[in-house]
Amino acid sequence: MTQPLSGKEVAERIQDQVPGAVLLADGACICVRPGSVAQVAQFLKEAAGLEMDYLNNLTAADYLDYVEVVYHLSSLKHNHSLTMKVQCWGPDEPEVPSVYPVWRGADLQERECYDMFGVRFVGHPNPKRILFWEGFEGHVLRKEFIA
Amino acid sequence: MAIRTQPVTINIGPQHPSTHGVLRLRVTFDGEVIIDLEPIFGYLHRGKEKLAEARTYTQFIPITDRADYLASMSNNWAYCLAVERLAGIELPERAEYIRVLVGEMMRISNHLMAVGFFLNDCGAFFTPLLYMYREREKLLDLFDMLCGQRLNYNYMRFGGVSQDLPAEFLPALKRFVQEMPGYIDEYEQLLVTNEILLARSKGVGILSPELAINASASGPVLRASGVKWDIRRADPYSLYPHLEFDIPTGLQGDTYDRFYVRLQEMRQSVRILQQAITGIEQLPPGVYRAEVPSLVRPPRGEVYSRIESPKGELGYYIVSDGGVSPWRCRIRAPSQINLTVLRDMAVGWKLADLIIIFGSIDIVMGEVDR
Repeated sequence: MTQPLSGKEVAERIQDQVPGAVLLADGACICVRPGSVAQVAQFLKEAAGLEMDYLNNLTAADYLDYVEVVYHLSSLKHNHSLTMKVQCWGPDEPEVPSVYPVWRGADLQERECYDMFGVRFVGHPNPKRILFWEGFEGHVLRKEFIA
Repeated sequence: MAIRTQPVTINIGPQHPSTHGVLRLRVTFDGEVIIDLEPIFGYLHRGKEKLAEARTYTQFIPITDRADYLASMSNNWAYCLAVERLAGIELPERAEYIRVLVGEMMRISNHLMAVGFFLNDCGAFFTPLLYMYREREKLLDLFDMLCGQRLNYNYMRFGGVSQDLPAEFLPALKRFVQEMPGYIDEYEQLLVTNEILLARSKGVGILSPELAINASASGPVLRASGVKWDIRRADPYSLYPHLEFDIPTGLQGDTYDRFYVRLQEMRQSVRILQQAITGIEQLPPGVYRAEVPSLVRPPRGEVYSRIESPKGELGYYIVSDGGVSPWRCRIRAPSQINLTVLRDMAVGWKLADLIIIFGSIDIVMGEVDR
């Protein structure tokens, strides 16, 4: 069985390395400040005992006031999992550092996330739309987009 | 004097028999050698995730069928499991057995197609594929018996399945399970040591285990690289903790290994089917579906739930606001994410190799674009 890690314990370990990065820890989930995503990701991947080597799923959800980017992480070595979230308040196209350098698996998923929600992943080598064509206006999975 | 060559960029697809649907590969060649590649998709995008937000939970089940249309039952299963976990629905044992039966039948059917089309891509036009069709047809007849459909089944419901097994189903499935190992032997005799196949696929398109994990590859693609990782074992669901089966892995992660791992997985699926048939025969006749209201309203919250579909890790991320339709429904499609590594596998190989490297990933465009 994949064991969900305790968000609080992981948050304490991150606090030593990247102070102030974790805003909230709840259950098996940590909520991270948008600017520190890449550093936290690097730490989660490399820290002994955590070694989150596998990015299961990267997506986002629109909660009207803010867009939340969700990373489902797990470790094939230790068979445990953790959810990392980033809340993006503010502008239409919020910016979040890309985790592409940490997990290659983010490549197509970040592109899709930009395409559907308009979250710009800074540092992604090919930040284009993926399912819609270049020049398409709007981001369809935002709640304000009426299909 | 060396011959100077100029890089040439060409499109393969979107309408091309080897792209398994409408996929475009933008490939840059130096002579005949690939130096760059970019898969371009979206031609089959139907906006399933947006459709989910405008439908009730139950109404979305038939739409999940059409994501990976070669393994519809697995899609049904992944989605129903996610909603059941979110809403806390318990299944009767009979329903679990039926789900394991159809899930493994689906895996055999999918791998038959994957192997058949892979050989097609190798240039063995349609002869091996028609052998595979012969067995797949028997499975489709069985599915037809269950729910009257051959491709898009819409068979599972929250808390179970839509109908019980008809009386003639288990005897027919038993016949199939008896015959199938012989057929797999036949494929192995024809293919596994075939000199042309070995020459074409051994050592071609190698994917290292480190890259496979880092790029979130899953399913046979990950296991062919030697990583012993199967969600049925690592994060078991349904009855899998009680079933015995091995996890076949490859040795070096080349195109041949991906083909061979699929053949071996069919054998394991047959093993699971045998155990599940014995199990369900010992069960007294009973309910095949838990009492669930037709309008499911899971409590506020979210779930990420995954199963081992024939193509890899099929996950559903569902956020509920307590209403009748999901607030957000994300499909983590193994076909799409396995394409991340296509460039790494193909660069340095020739055009003809690209077709078989691509064929060995086994994608369905309905799932890539959703």
